[in-house]
Amino acid sequence: MEIFDFYRKDRWPHVFCPGCGNGAVMNCFYRAFNELGLELDKTAFVGGIGCSSRIPLYINSDALHTTHGRAIAFATGLKLAKPELKVVVFTGDGDLGAIGGNHFINGCRRNVDMTVICINNNIYGMTGGQASITTPHEFLSTTTPRGNKEYPFDLAEIAVAAGANYVARWTTRHVHELTKSIKAALQKKGFTFVEVVAQCPTNFGRRNRMADPTQMLEWMRESSIRRDKAKANAVDHVDLNLEGKITVGEFVDRNRECYEELIGVSKHG
Amino acid sequence: MKVAPGEFFLQGNEACVQGALASGVRFFAGYPITPSTEIAEGLAAKLDGKEGVFLQMEDEIACISAVIGASWGGVKSMTATSGPGFSLMQEAIGYAAMSETPIVIVDVMRGGPSTGQPTRASQGDVMQTRYGSHGDYQVIAFAPASVQEMFDLTVAAFNYSEKYRVPAFLLSDAEVGHMRGLLTIPDKLDIIGRKEKGIRRSDEAYDVPDELVRPFPVFGKGHRTMVTGMTHTDNSWIEPEDVKVHQELVKRLSEKVLRNRKDINKWELMCPGSKTMIVSYGSAALGAKEVAASDDKVGLLRLKSLWPFPEEPIAEVARNCDRILVSEMNLGMMYSEIKRVALENGCKKVELLSKIGGDPPTPSEFRHKLREMGVI
Ligand SMILES: Cc1ncc(C[n+]2csc(CCOP(=O)(O)OP(=O)(O)O)c2C)c(N)n1
Ligand code: SF4
Ligand SMILES: [Mg+2]
Repeated sequence: MEIFDFYRKDRWPHVFCPGCGNGAVMNCFYRAFNELGLELDKTAFVGGIGCSSRIPLYINSDALHTTHGRAIAFATGLKLAKPELKVVVFTGDGDLGAIGGNHFINGCRRNVDMTVICINNNIYGMTGGQASITTPHEFLSTTTPRGNKEYPFDLAEIAVAAGANYVARWTTRHVHELTKSIKAALQKKGFTFVEVVAQCPTNFGRRNRMADPTQMLEWMRESSIRRDKAKANAVDHVDLNLEGKITVGEFVDRNRECYEELIGVSKHG
Repeated sequence: MKVAPGEFFLQGNEACVQGALASGVRFFAGYPITPSTEIAEGLAAKLDGKEGVFLQMEDEIACISAVIGASWGGVKSMTATSGPGFSLMQEAIGYAAMSETPIVIVDVMRGGPSTGQPTRASQGDVMQTRYGSHGDYQVIAFAPASVQEMFDLTVAAFNYSEKYRVPAFLLSDAEVGHMRGLLTIPDKLDIIGRKEKGIRRSDEAYDVPDELVRPFPVFGKGHRTMVTGMTHTDNSWIEPEDVKVHQELVKRLSEKVLRNRKDINKWELMCPGSKTMIVSYGSAALGAKEVAASDDKVGLLRLKSLWPFPEEPIAEVARNCDRILVSEMNLGMMYSEIKRVALENGCKKVELLSKIGGDPPTPSEFRHKLREMGVI
């Protein structure tokens, strides 16, 4: 499948800023989806509200662009009503972790078969750069003009603790690993979660002396620690970003029976 | 799932469950809240995964969101709640209106504001039903006053929701939800299914009731539908800055409901032509029924649907009487709407018997008020 069979050519150009990390994630996703030979007519894409949550509307498939924070809840209903559909959610750090935090935790716990891809740009991109639950400590945003005094939330660790079947985190610097993880997530039954730390040069980089997207990519490269390396540093759980580090890797790969199998709905289809 | 025809002695909330099953509900998501919980419990027993899905979720926002998602999967879906949960659902109700998603929401009303009176009846949510979400939109809402109507109007809510692609409400209350009574389930019911968009031909004749209602493109059938709560064109292009697109869309959302008032609205009339008419609905009308049955100077217009606002029957009654007494279990919510229509149509006086606290007004309270008004 050519890239413009996958994406809606008639909706180009997209709304994303030049250098935005969303593009890298979209490319990796397209590649993973295509290499697996998945079918657009058997897949539905769900998004919340935010720059990242707009991605479903660019994909040449059924798309449900919902309300802020609730994408996983919408996706849960859709999947259980039509279990033969593959359901993929695109969401952001604000959408998933702040306003939608409860649905995220319970989505992992309930383990309905869906793949959730969270583009964590450490900021509220769409609304113009307010601090989010993943803005690193002391970083600047329009609502933390003296530096963020709170500590960031670790989305992947929450997913691990809450019971997701597959959890990985990469950055937009790790395109090969990311593509591999998206493939793994799409192939696995149950709730699968891929977090991508991505650059928002417009609203995060610019205020934190990384206005150029390449500076942000460099920051991600410097800050990333592979899970195996993190382990060597005697951290046997996912780092909470307290040191400003981004722990990357595949954190969980397990096979808890998914909800629709447990209630027999997949046989019903 | 088929429900067995016959006569049953049931609780109001149980009759609602039967009505939902008879309508073909295939997805229910709920969160426990008095006095609606029996509806969730009843459907949990029936929707076992094979006959449909029951889901208890983390909060009411999740419930209504999942219900909307399920509807895009092409199944009839529903939730049930009460005051606080209903408030939490409002943003998504606006999304359902904007995305034209058929869903049914049961609100078994209890006394508010806030946690208020969890076990006591009220009619305090009638305006929230109409105006609860931001922006201009119209909904369809029914107000049952008996166990039988908990069944009949649940079926009506499903039917009209499907027919017009709007969120439809059953506005019951703790009194009607928990009352016990006779339910007759007929052998045959008129059930309206999803007005689905065809896939084969673009000129395929769609079974939609009105050119303002668009056929529904169920997910997973190759339509490659885009659904959004943002201002959009007919083929779902996001156009939030396009004034004309916004005007056309939002006006159509209201118009498709308003201009079908005659099809949607339902009421009961007792002793029409009386010079004094009571206008009421739901459990507030129970005492009025007794008064109208026993006193030939007093008639009753009992509204079985509240939204779209039933102007026609109210205007008709107002043209033929001198005085109207509105009765409801809030401080006068429908009263101002009814008064407006009644005065416009020549009725001279419109009074209010308001009662809050949980008990519907009794026949003697009605008589007391009518005596005060100099009617009896
Ligand atoms: C209920 C509600 N509150 C607030 C908003 C405003 N809003 C729109 S997008 C957004 C933030 C999105 O942030 P994130 O999910 O991180 O996405 P990004 O734009 O960074 O990709 C907010 C707060 C909204 N649309 N709805
Ligand atoms: S604001 Fe940030 S996240 Fe949004 S499109 Fe621009 S760069 Fe990307
Ligand atoms: Mg963000």
